Amino acid sequence: MSLLVSTSKSSAALRLAGMDKSYRPMRVLDGFDLSVGRGEVVALMGANGAGKSTLAKIASGVVQPDKGRIFLAGREVNLGSPRAAREAGIIIVHQSPDQLGVPGLSVADNLVLDGLCAGGIGAFVSKRQIHLRARAVAARIGLDVPLDRDFGELGPAHRQLVAIARAVAADAAVLVLDEPTATLAATEAGRLFEVIERLRARGVGILYISHRLADIHRVADRIVVMRNGRLVSEQVRPFDLAAAVKAMIGRNLDQFGARRASALVGRLILNLDRACLTSSSEPFDLSIHAGEIVAITGALGSGKSRLLRALFGLSRFVDGRVDLDGVPWRPRGPAEAIARGVFMAGEDRWRSSFLPPSTPGADLAGTVALPHRRRWFRLGFVQGRREHAAAQRAIGTLGIRCSGTRDTLDLLSGGNQQKVVLGRWQARPCRLLLLDEPFQGIDVGARRDLIAAIRAGARDAATLLATSDVEEALEVADTVAVMRNHTVICLPGLHTADSSAFLAAIGAVEASKAAEKGELIP
Amino acid sequence: MSVEADIAPTRTSGFGHLGDRIHRVLRRYAIFLILTALIMLFNAAEPAFLRVNNLFSVLQSVAVVALLGIGVTMTLAVDGFDLSVGSIASFTLMLSSYAMVVLQLDAVETVALALLAGASIGLINGLLIIGLRIPDLLATLGMMFLLAGLQLIPSAGRSITIGLSLPDGSVAGGSFDPNFLAIGRYKLWDVVPLPVIVVSVLAIAFWILMERTRWGRVFYAVGGNETAAHLAGAPVKAYRLAAYIISGTLASLGGVFEAARVGRGDVFAGSSLLLDSVAAALIGFAVLDQRHANVFGAVTGAIFVGLVLNGLTMLNVPYYTQDFVKGIVLVGALALTFGIGRGRR
Repeated sequence: MSLLVSTSKSSAALRLAGMDKSYRPMRVLDGFDLSVGRGEVVALMGANGAGKSTLAKIASGVVQPDKGRIFLAGREVNLGSPRAAREAGIIIVHQSPDQLGVPGLSVADNLVLDGLCAGGIGAFVSKRQIHLRARAVAARIGLDVPLDRDFGELGPAHRQLVAIARAVAADAAVLVLDEPTATLAATEAGRLFEVIERLRARGVGILYISHRLADIHRVADRIVVMRNGRLVSEQVRPFDLAAAVKAMIGRNLDQFGARRASALVGRLILNLDRACLTSSSEPFDLSIHAGEIVAITGALGSGKSRLLRALFGLSRFVDGRVDLDGVPWRPRGPAEAIARGVFMAGEDRWRSSFLPPSTPGADLAGTVALPHRRRWFRLGFVQGRREHAAAQRAIGTLGIRCSGTRDTLDLLSGGNQQKVVLGRWQARPCRLLLLDEPFQGIDVGARRDLIAAIRAGARDAATLLATSDVEEALEVADTVAVMRNHTVICLPGLHTADSSAFLAAIGAVEASKAAEKGELIP
Repeated sequence: MSVEADIAPTRTSGFGHLGDRIHRVLRRYAIFLILTALIMLFNAAEPAFLRVNNLFSVLQSVAVVALLGIGVTMTLAVDGFDLSVGSIASFTLMLSSYAMVVLQLDAVETVALALLAGASIGLINGLLIIGLRIPDLLATLGMMFLLAGLQLIPSAGRSITIGLSLPDGSVAGGSFDPNFLAIGRYKLWDVVPLPVIVVSVLAIAFWILMERTRWGRVFYAVGGNETAAHLAGAPVKAYRLAAYIISGTLASLGGVFEAARVGRGDVFAGSSLLLDSVAAALIGFAVLDQRHANVFGAVTGAIFVGLVLNGLTMLNVPYYTQDFVKGIVLVGALALTFGIGRGRR
């Protein structure tokens, strides 16, 4: 679905046609087409999991597509390995710091690494020669790093710059930059943009993968938005970045606002007044009513889980006032929270909710009953019939596919396991239901079931849900709050969806997620 | 509707095959089959083996091992381990002898002191493991050596008997209270030893606790996944602490039974208890193919070890091979549980 024919196809520096790639159940690329012209900077946008990184890996020969053809300057090529891609003239700067260079070698060695690895530098090289060449490489992007330093000692920004210098020196026909500014400060990023300008003037085609709207606005000639492995939107200057973000999220925000307006809202259940999660974070307010589902989104480490844990009594608020049903709420631990009707389903179900299958009471019925044992088995004796009935109810209402209430959970698929987690906490009425990443590792169908169940179960209780996936948040919630640095930075009012501020906040989430991905995933 | 695959195929493929079924039944009842075979073998070689008196004398020694085995099972259930049970039993054996012979306490005071000592040692174990975060094996190993050394000090390394001469030169004036000795020697209807009755009652009580109550569920949940148990509202530290206190108390009761049976503070009386009780608890994993620590299994394991040793003794197999035989039994049982045809894990 190419909306524009930007450059004549034969002269495109890089053209990918009909790219298909599946990782078992997930279809990562679905007939994706992309072309990058000579001297053109194409910005590729997409939410997490849209397939951007897979595309970059295919273009650089790291991953082979299931189907599809690759053309370089009009000539079909087969990129069987990173080296083949490099020799064909495609250079990639990876996002992950681990792939940027070789720790243990000096900066100089890293700058001339390609020469060292591929020949072009003799078998016997003097340190002076290497330094001479390295200095030349660094000079091309105005990089100033001590050449004798160990690459491993460099911070992420400098590693990124070394890698970019190396890529520029390779005199590529096509340069792929995967989140190049994620770790860079403004001045460094500025220097990178100057380099990009120069490369563009020399006719290099650049594929620029990023979430940062400001960067895209500055360098890109064209925007390509991908979603679920497909091209969903394409723009040339002047850009409508809000439309691009909408295409990326896959949802019209007006619809989302409309549903919020119609949501039935009951009494105030949870109220946070100038609450602080850490001593250094800004205070924030948050209130949730009965029947309302609030989703908190934000990058890893933004404080979503911490907020839920504090409400469940696993940690404390540093400051501020928290009221539950109008009474101050300071739980000492999960036991008190559960007794008072505050339930939490933690993230990573096998770590937070399930017992190993060989443990007694690890079956479906036992798993559902564990937090409710005090209420259900008052005399101490486990009543098999009672927990069986509760599990049966969960199986029925949530549509859990299993052979019975005595199944151990390892026999269930991921989506059904997650339904058990939800069923456990819906087995007894509660006031406040806290769900941390409830859609982790499950497929679209199960997610739809879970969302329906969360909505159906939310009638009398307040639901607070944390997810790092913006799309999930928009799909399930009445109100979406954005969190960053342990504080809620954007909480659109119930009926006045301030969509531009909201989109900016979400853009920031995506960008910091990209940065975190670069930092954390090896 | 979800578009996922139904349930994992391992379950369905497990049922149909006859071979698998036989395999499963064999694994489930393997211990009982081996036990039956051994009894028949021993009986054929030495008809006295199956006499009521012999069986109850076996059960008398089994009772103490089973008691310690239940204690070890409790700590295994919370994903811990108590290596000090043998030493706790030996220590309380010496302590109760000392209490009567030197301190001249009566039976009730002695038993109370012994049980209190066991519970306190269990508490210390628990605090070392939970409070100081010392790995369970190391903490209880340390306690094992500590107690093994401590029990020698009051009597200067000698066994405690009536008329013990103390380190300061004087002679101890106390004696074993007949009521105390009765704990180990009284036989109901002249056949069933009192320890067998007490341990049976305790075994049933602990079986009910672990298999039928929510507290047992929590013990296992804490051992299975401490985080999940905590998030489900369980006081996990209290449960772990309780497991070590129970283990220590049961071990000290075992020491009391031994002291009352032997009638003197024998320094070496409890030396084989650790190996026997750990073997009993671990063999228990294989009983009914449970694959987790369980009370019924530990008692069965204790009976198994006791019968094997008694049978071998009656067949005049040298005593010095006993530990070797026990080792073989233990390794065999574990191989049976964990090694062979791991159907579902």
